[in-house]
Amino acid sequence: MRFALAWSSLRRHATRTILATLGVAVAAAMLLDMVMMSTGMRESFRELLLSRGFQLRLAPKGTLPFDTDATIENTSGIITLLRTNPQIITISPVLGGTIQVAIGDRIVTSAALGIDPAVQGDYELLSGKNPIADDAIVGNDDFLRAAGARIGDTLTVSSGYDPQLRTFAGSRRLVLTGRVRFLYGATNQLATAMRLATLQQMSGAERADDASLFMVKVRDESQVEPMRLWIEKQIPAVSAISTATALAQVDQRLSYFRQLAVILGSVSLFVGFLLVTTLVTVSVNERIGEIIVMRALGVSRAHIVQQVVLEAVALMLVGSIAGLGLGLATAHYLNTILSSFPGLPSAIDFFLFQPKSAWSALGLLALSGIAAGVYPSFRAASLPIATTLRQEAIA
Amino acid sequence: MSTVEEIEHGHEVRRETPSNAVVEARNLARDYKFGDDNVHALRGVSFDVGEQDYIAIVGPSGCGKSTLLNMLGVIDAPTSGTVRIRGHDVGSMRDREATSFRLHNIGFVFQRFYLMPTLSALENIELPMSEAGKKKAERVERARELLTYVGLSHRERHRPSQLSGGEQQRVAIARALANKPAILLADEPTGELDAKTGAEVIALFERLNADGTTIIVVTHDEDLAQAAHRRIHMRDGLIVDG
Repeated sequence: MRFALAWSSLRRHATRTILATLGVAVAAAMLLDMVMMSTGMRESFRELLLSRGFQLRLAPKGTLPFDTDATIENTSGIITLLRTNPQIITISPVLGGTIQVAIGDRIVTSAALGIDPAVQGDYELLSGKNPIADDAIVGNDDFLRAAGARIGDTLTVSSGYDPQLRTFAGSRRLVLTGRVRFLYGATNQLATAMRLATLQQMSGAERADDASLFMVKVRDESQVEPMRLWIEKQIPAVSAISTATALAQVDQRLSYFRQLAVILGSVSLFVGFLLVTTLVTVSVNERIGEIIVMRALGVSRAHIVQQVVLEAVALMLVGSIAGLGLGLATAHYLNTILSSFPGLPSAIDFFLFQPKSAWSALGLLALSGIAAGVYPSFRAASLPIATTLRQEAIA
Repeated sequence: MSTVEEIEHGHEVRRETPSNAVVEARNLARDYKFGDDNVHALRGVSFDVGEQDYIAIVGPSGCGKSTLLNMLGVIDAPTSGTVRIRGHDVGSMRDREATSFRLHNIGFVFQRFYLMPTLSALENIELPMSEAGKKKAERVERARELLTYVGLSHRERHRPSQLSGGEQQRVAIARALANKPAILLADEPTGELDAKTGAEVIALFERLNADGTTIIVVTHDEDLAQAAHRRIHMRDGLIVDG
């Protein structure tokens, strides 16, 4: 009966209830977006880092992976040293660079990665073959589109451009063997990959034994931290970054995002709370006569409180469920805009939907609904019956 | 019959009370504070109500009729004196106990009906039974029985806004009877009705009383007062006759 009364009370002023529900939905959508944003980028980054199972990344000292064109020298020596450690099962060196591809009378410039195709963790092969041969190259869809190239085409590829001399350090004819998707590539970025030795050779003598990054798989997860310390001790020129430390550094850099998310989320929650409190208080004030008659008939204070709180919670929950859909739609739209930020991997999501986030937002809103019902319900339940009846009769 | 001694109007009186008294009121007083003033709404009222009594409390506005009714209905407590209903001292009950007592022992009828506007006639009658924890089937059966009793079985799905004033008051009377109360209290039950529908309500009260319901009404309606078996006249917070 209390459910029926609460529901019928909300239906009595349908337009007002719908407008309030929409207000709650907007607040709920914003809260959900903020919860998704506060955890989404970090979680997305974590998934990206762990996607190929490499637990350690070796970058030039003082930099983060993906941050720089700085290089590590003596790649072959480092690989030899790392292979002496039985805990290390896979070493994937990567050299970053830029290539120019001559297409008729125009030049297409693209990012290029020199990799070991047998152990690489930078791309997914969509069609064709890995660049196993020295004269093979693979590219992403943006590159293939810009170059007007297809699998099997032979391309004239140059690297190590010197703007003063207007010359290239190296130039080769490479066969396009595959179409790939780069895991860490930015949106609309033209990108290719070839064997590490091929790119080193094309980049000139000074980069003949360079790498930008090493990705390392360790046999035993518990050995990641000891291995990180061992590598930093053995190779002073590199920073060994584990997934945990990378995430800690990302966390540090994203702290402003999280603070913003917490502040905006709290404001949304408070706005939703005020909206529901106001509406339910107005509703209670309009029904004082009915409420006091219920008390006179023998309805307990606890049941009056329950009925009013039920109204507040129902309003908050219906608004929250509508807000969930609205929040997901706005998050998707905002994610599309933010993911095209220059220099950021397109696979990074600013707003990552996680059921836990949705439940957290819904839980907070339900609690806020209960809190929103507290004041009007206690006001309704604590009205003195005889006095209020007399006032109602006079009114 | 039993005999009680008490002070009334400053004099010691002996009064015989029926041993089957449903209500025993003794020296009831109720003061209200209005700013610095102390208003004496009731100034020592004593009377008894027996089983199947039908009593009308009459008097000018402000004489304390509604205050007295509120105390009999356990929605207000006396400043001094006692009210016993079926042997329970209701004046000293705490809110939870008083609420439960009202639910099971008191039926209220108000001048303005006060039906829940979003519930049907049947659901309005179910409300006190739901509060008393009765099962849905039992509630519906009892509510239909009461609607038939008040002559509105054809209106059970109607909302209050779809009923006339007289019909609404009859639904309110059925609601007051839902939990089979010890007494039915009515505050100006014909005050909002025209003469014809007022007469229907008066006839319904007579039938209810004939069927065993103890009724106390507060009224300015001379016809309703005349229909009661006993009239208590009040003036300035005191019983002057009855």
